Parts: sequence; structure tokens; C-alpha cells
Amino acid sequence: MAKMTMVEALNLALRQEMTRDDGVIVLGEDVGVDGGVFRVTDGLIGTFGENRVLDTPLAESGIVGMSIGMAVYGLRPVCEIQFSGFSYENFHQIESHAARLRWRSRGRFTVPMVLRTPYGGGVRALEHHSESREAFWAHMPGLKMVIPSGPRNARALLTSAIRDPDPVIFYEAKALYRAFREEVPEVEETLPIGRSQIVREGRDLTLIAYGAMLRPTVAASERLAEEDGLEAEVIDLLTVSPLDDSLFVASAKKTGHVLLVHEAPRSFGPGAEIVARLVEKAFYYLEKPVARVTGFDVVIPYFSRENSYLPGIERIVRQARGLLAS
Amino acid sequence: MPRKPISLPHPIEYLSILDENGTLDGDLEPLIEPADLLKLHRAMLLGRRFDERMLSLQRQGRIGTFAPIAGQEAAQLGAVAALRDSDWMVPSFRESAAEIWRGKPLENFIIFFGGFNEGGQIASESNDLPLCVPVGSQVPHAVGLAWAMKYRGSDQVAMTFFGDGATSEGDFHEGLNLAAVFQAPVIFVCQNNQWAISIPRANQTRSATLAQKAIAYGMPGIQVDGNDILAVYAAASEAVARARAGDGPTLIECVTYRLSVHTTADDPKRYRSDDDVAVWKKRDPIARFQRYLTDKGVLTPEKIEALEAEIQAEIQAAVTRAEEQMAQMDDPLEMFDHVYAEMTPDLQAQQAELARELAAARKEDSHG
Repeated sequence: MAKMTMVEALNLALRQEMTRDDGVIVLGEDVGVDGGVFRVTDGLIGTFGENRVLDTPLAESGIVGMSIGMAVYGLRPVCEIQFSGFSYENFHQIESHAARLRWRSRGRFTVPMVLRTPYGGGVRALEHHSESREAFWAHMPGLKMVIPSGPRNARALLTSAIRDPDPVIFYEAKALYRAFREEVPEVEETLPIGRSQIVREGRDLTLIAYGAMLRPTVAASERLAEEDGLEAEVIDLLTVSPLDDSLFVASAKKTGHVLLVHEAPRSFGPGAEIVARLVEKAFYYLEKPVARVTGFDVVIPYFSRENSYLPGIERIVRQARGLLAS
Repeated sequence: MPRKPISLPHPIEYLSILDENGTLDGDLEPLIEPADLLKLHRAMLLGRRFDERMLSLQRQGRIGTFAPIAGQEAAQLGAVAALRDSDWMVPSFRESAAEIWRGKPLENFIIFFGGFNEGGQIASESNDLPLCVPVGSQVPHAVGLAWAMKYRGSDQVAMTFFGDGATSEGDFHEGLNLAAVFQAPVIFVCQNNQWAISIPRANQTRSATLAQKAIAYGMPGIQVDGNDILAVYAAASEAVARARAGDGPTLIECVTYRLSVHTTADDPKRYRSDDDVAVWKKRDPIARFQRYLTDKGVLTPEKIEALEAEIQAEIQAAVTRAEEQMAQMDDPLEMFDHVYAEMTPDLQAQQAELARELAAARKEDSHG
């Protein structure tokens, strides 16, 4: 197995799926000759040619609208929107069409497309380059919203997303792109969309995170074990919608304490839905109110202050200790 | 280094073959077999009469809001008549005559506008997208379809419809630009019916024509008399042939008029006078085509009368079938179908929740 960054792992998924199925088409701004601004699509145009890797004009709505037409015809477009902060231009195409064509046509037309886009802060980027707006997409019926947390699951989930019969928004944490390497098997690997994973077993409290927030959450769980003797169970959501609540509800019943972590603004964020599910399904097992460590309800500040905005190990540990203090 | 005019590859022409008096320009007359002419005439008449019946059903409260087509039959049918069944049509929300031509059953319109999703069912053999409400947003879909056809080596083409208002939308411009850049086999049909709800064509754009917007994207554009089915058919046939031959997209502006309301929720008396409408009533595309066909000897007043009766019977049968079907569509649980390929656990739970509520309500009713 090769040790890969998330960028390399995503590239492997694209490469293997394009080899397997000539209906898989990559399109977007700068994805061809340039290989994408983060190099996720690096070298694909050389291997597959300009009919499989389309360098498009600068037109986010058009790229997604065109992808919808391609998907209706039976292709499997994987379009890239260069930064999630530019995906509001195509929000309308996803909301009004990609997520609904199956429903509107009573199953006749499907839109098996993937929209890949880098999201989140932590890379000292410009304004409009650091948002975490997964709740927008998770609120849309008919759409799936997937967020990997590392190279190996990014590769497996992207492979599954490309093969999924429904449209998938695939959020890639740009803070993770080159943050670390992980062994990624050369042979095909998939992960079911709509399932979360337990990444650390524990009995004292449940920590729920996803995407770029998983690493500080795992690090916080290790600190809690070392310094406080607390064994936290850590759950990686992987798919925000449809939300798999089975693991975190079971975990909450076991530990009685839940802390959830996301970098999206707090109000109406995915955490709010998780709290609602816990109240509905595990209320009598909860020993304390569910706590949240999230981004604040502000525009994510410019990079000199973004570390104060983003949940970090310290905040997670402090909140966890507060949650467990009697 | 003088200033000099830049020569552009595509001039903008206006095409009219059959004027409003039914006078024919014989040099430009397209070759259409008499049987096909009669088929087109029947489709125009059916489109008009069905529209009238739908309006009356809406006014009686038997269906909900819909967008009438009266006046635009030639623009729609002249365009789709240039397609093969295997080609793709991407409609807007005012193309019922074109949709009927392409095989959509009349009762599906009534069921759809009667408020039941089942009416949106697209038959497995149909290559038509469902109607699209957000203005202009369907334009890039046609480009993606067309690109996919080209990629797969098919000689199919895609045709999409939109109104004059849509030419102000970003998706119109992005769609045309993408189509030209990728030389996608797509035909953009603008039904310039002069009104985007209350905004007249003159307040929509300062462009002298909508067709000239094609020049900006590097594709041919043509303006045709949209109430002249022969002109629309000729322009569409040229565009289809060009697309099929691999020569890329075309923009066709059909100059026509919306004789009726924008939708049944609209009151055009607030923004236009009856006199304006009267001018366009004289340019009615059906009357004009009937004069042409009568002059040509392929149609007689007696045949028209018989056809009117036949069409009314066809419409009545569809209304009856639709109302019978709607009476059976009492299961709201259907709303959960077709959201995803496989129903998610959450949706299964929500569907079960509604089923329980409905069962409880029925129980209360039966005891009440």
C-alpha cells in the first residue's frame, strides 16, 4: 500500500473510476491542463484526453447545469467547483434540478453526478474561500452530502459517490488535502454513503465530528484519556445527509454524555439536527445537555484570526471537561 | 492603425415565409408533404383547443395554476417538427403544444396541473425533460445533453425552449457560451412573446433583437416570424441539420405574442391594453396557416369543422380519464417516492409516521 495525501487519494479514485467507466467525465475550471488549483485532477487530461477532462469557461451555474444534462443522458459527471464559497452560483441548479429531477419525472430521469468542492478554513485563504456550509446542502431532499476526514476514506467515499445513482455533494476539507499521509490500498475500495463510523471506542462520553474537525477531536480524546483518564468514543459522520444516527444514538445511550464538533456556524448547523435526534431517540439516557463546539455565527474571519474561530483541541477538551464535571 | 469595423462571422437575418395575410413567398416555402402539413395543422388546433379547455377547467377550480400558450402554437410546433423522436427536447413551462406533439398524453397535463405528481411521469420512451419552472435554468441542461450525445458519437440533437425574459438570466448566457465553446449540437429556441409577466420586451433588453445575442457567443442566430409556422420550421430545420453535421449550436428567436395571461394567476389588464392584443390577434398563427392550407387545396372549411369536433371529443375523453385517475389518487404517501433511488431510513420512518397519522385520522372519521 502506498502512503498518500488526500489529494493523491482523490486523484486515485478519479483515475480508477475513469478507467473503469468511460461515462465518468471530469469537468470544471482549471481541472485539465492545470490539474486543478489543489491538483486533485492532476495528470488526468494526459491519461484520458480533453474529451474526458473538460476545462470549462468560468461559469459555476453552467458547469453544474451542464453536468445535470450529461447525467440525464447517462454519463457520470464529476464536476469541480474550485471553492465551496463559489458554489452559491450553482446552488440553484442543485436545489431546483439535480436534487429533484428524479422526483419531478417520477423516476424516469436520474442525476448521478458528483459535485466536488474544497470547503473550510485553516489554510490562510482569502475571503469566500473558507466557508463551511454543509447545512445548505444537507437541507435539500434528494441530495446526498458527504465529507471525508482523511485520504483513505476520501478515496473510498469518492468512488462510492461516483457510482451512486443520486447526486452527491462531496466536500473536501482543504485543511486536510496535504495535512498527512495514510496508507491507501491500490485495489478498489468503497465505503457506503449514509453510514458513519466509530473511530475510537469509549465509555465515558461521545464525541461526534466529521471532515477537518475529526483530527482535533481525536487528538482531544487522546488528551482526555491521558490527562483525565476519560475514555471518549469518537464518531466520524462521513455523510452529513442522509444522516446515520444509529451509531451516535447507541453511543449516547452508552456514555450519557455527548459533545459534537463542527466548524460550520452554530445556529442551524448539522449539530442542531444531531441534538434533535438525540433528544428524540436518547433523551432519557442523557445525563447532561448535549454540548457543541462549533464555528461562531459570524463570517469566518480573515486568516490572522481564523484559529480563534475554528474549533481546536483546547476548546474541545475544555468543553468535554465541563460536560463531565458534576 | 485606423479604426475599422470588425467583421463578425454571423450576420443576423429575419425570416418570414407566410405573412399575416397568408401570402406565401414561394421561393422560401419549405418542402413539407401534405400529410405532414395536415398533421402540423391538427397539432396547432389541438394545442389551442386544449389550452382553452385547461383555462376553463382552471376557472372552474378543477385544476390549479398553469401557463396558457395561445398565440404561440406556430413557434413551438414549427420548431419541434424539425426534430426526430430520438432527439431531446428540454422545455420551459409554456410548451404544451410541443409536448403534446412529442407524445405527452393530454391527461398528464390535467393531472399535473390538478396538483398530482403522477402527471409529471415521463414515459420511458420519451426523450423530453419535464417542464421547468425557474426561468432559463433549463438551458444548460440541454447543453449537457448535447455534449453527451456528441461524446457518445450519436447524431441526436437537443432543443431547448425559453422566453424573452430568460435572455436576461445568467443561465441563458452561461448555457449559450458553453454550447459554443464545446460546439454542442443544441438548438436554442426563444419564444419572444413580448412579455415577461408585466415587463415588455423593450424593458427586458436594449438589444435590437434577441437573435443577435448569438453573435456574442460565436454562433449563428436568426430572427423569424414566430407566428409563421413555415418560417419557424425552415429555421429550425437548418439549425438541426447544422447541429447534426457537427457544426454546433444555433439561437432562433421566434417573434410571437402571448395572447392570454402569463399564468392563470395573472391579470394582464394591469399592464397592457386590449388594443395591443387586438393587433396580434390579427396575426394569429392558426388562421394564417389555415388560409395557406386552404389555398393549397389540402384543407377545406368542412374538414376544419370535422377536425374541430374530433379534437373536442379527444379532449373530453382526456378530461374524463384524468378526473377518473385523480379520484383514485388519494394516497399522500406517494410523496415519498422517487426522492432517492433507494428510500433512506429517515424517509422510511417519516413515511411510516404519516401513514400512522392518516390511519388515526381515518379511524376518528369513521367514529365521528
